[in-house]
Amino acid sequence: MNIVNFTPQSAFLGGIIIGFAVIIFFIGNGRLAGVSGIVNAALVSKQNRTDNLLFIIGLVLGPIFYVFFTKIDIPFLITSSLPIIITAGFLVGIGTKIGRGCTSGHGICGISLLSVRSIIATIIFMITAIITVKLIG
Amino acid sequence: MASKIVSFISGIIFGVGLSVSNMINPEKVLGFLDIFGLWDPSLIFVMMGAIIISAPAFFLFRSKNKPLFADNFTMPTLKSIDKNLIIGSSIFGVGWGMAGFCPGPAISSLALLNTYSVYFVLSLLGGFLLTEFVNRIIIRR
Repeated sequence: MNIVNFTPQSAFLGGIIIGFAVIIFFIGNGRLAGVSGIVNAALVSKQNRTDNLLFIIGLVLGPIFYVFFTKIDIPFLITSSLPIIITAGFLVGIGTKIGRGCTSGHGICGISLLSVRSIIATIIFMITAIITVKLIG
Repeated sequence: MASKIVSFISGIIFGVGLSVSNMINPEKVLGFLDIFGLWDPSLIFVMMGAIIISAPAFFLFRSKNKPLFADNFTMPTLKSIDKNLIIGSSIFGVGWGMAGFCPGPAISSLALLNTYSVYFVLSLLGGFLLTEFVNRIIIRR
């Protein structure tokens, strides 16, 4: 194992900021900020649709505000081919809907709530993701 | 109205957090998942940072009877470890490992105007719709 590109400070700070987004959404609206759940609900349910769409629009505006105010470019690189991207998108959609959560819903909110379901889910998707990277990387 | 503002602000702050931590960058996430190669442990620190903030807040506010701008807390109803949790999470992990994108960062990265992000998000929505369609057929039987 070789450790590279490790950025603990910015990672931890970014995590704290995400944590604040989670608690504002929870204390204000009583909901968990699981992104797959919010996007799925915006797509298939009329309930809270405006709230969900506003959250999603905010999510897209976040990086724009960040770059505007800090003048720091966001490193961004996609090396996957288009067929891989499309297949991956479908699998993430299907998987998070069947498993009811993604990295934010299970990995952050669920673990913070000490939910056994979420802890198991997080361990499983980490393992299958690591195996996938090992096989195709 | 207040709940709409809260949703919008929460989304913005979430997107800023993904930018600061660079989790919006699939290459960074794939670096984390490449444990057996050149490993970048940053993602663990993102999760720790978020959990350190949200866990105590959940603990303190969950017992309150009401959120500020809604009638009640909406919490997940399922408690047991079922087949769907295991199968779904496994499938999600495979997709996550293929491209390094999960839903939050993928949506946020639309801001960076990369066409591959758009294709990913459209496929993600396609995956949701496909699953919804299959679910409805199963329920109707």
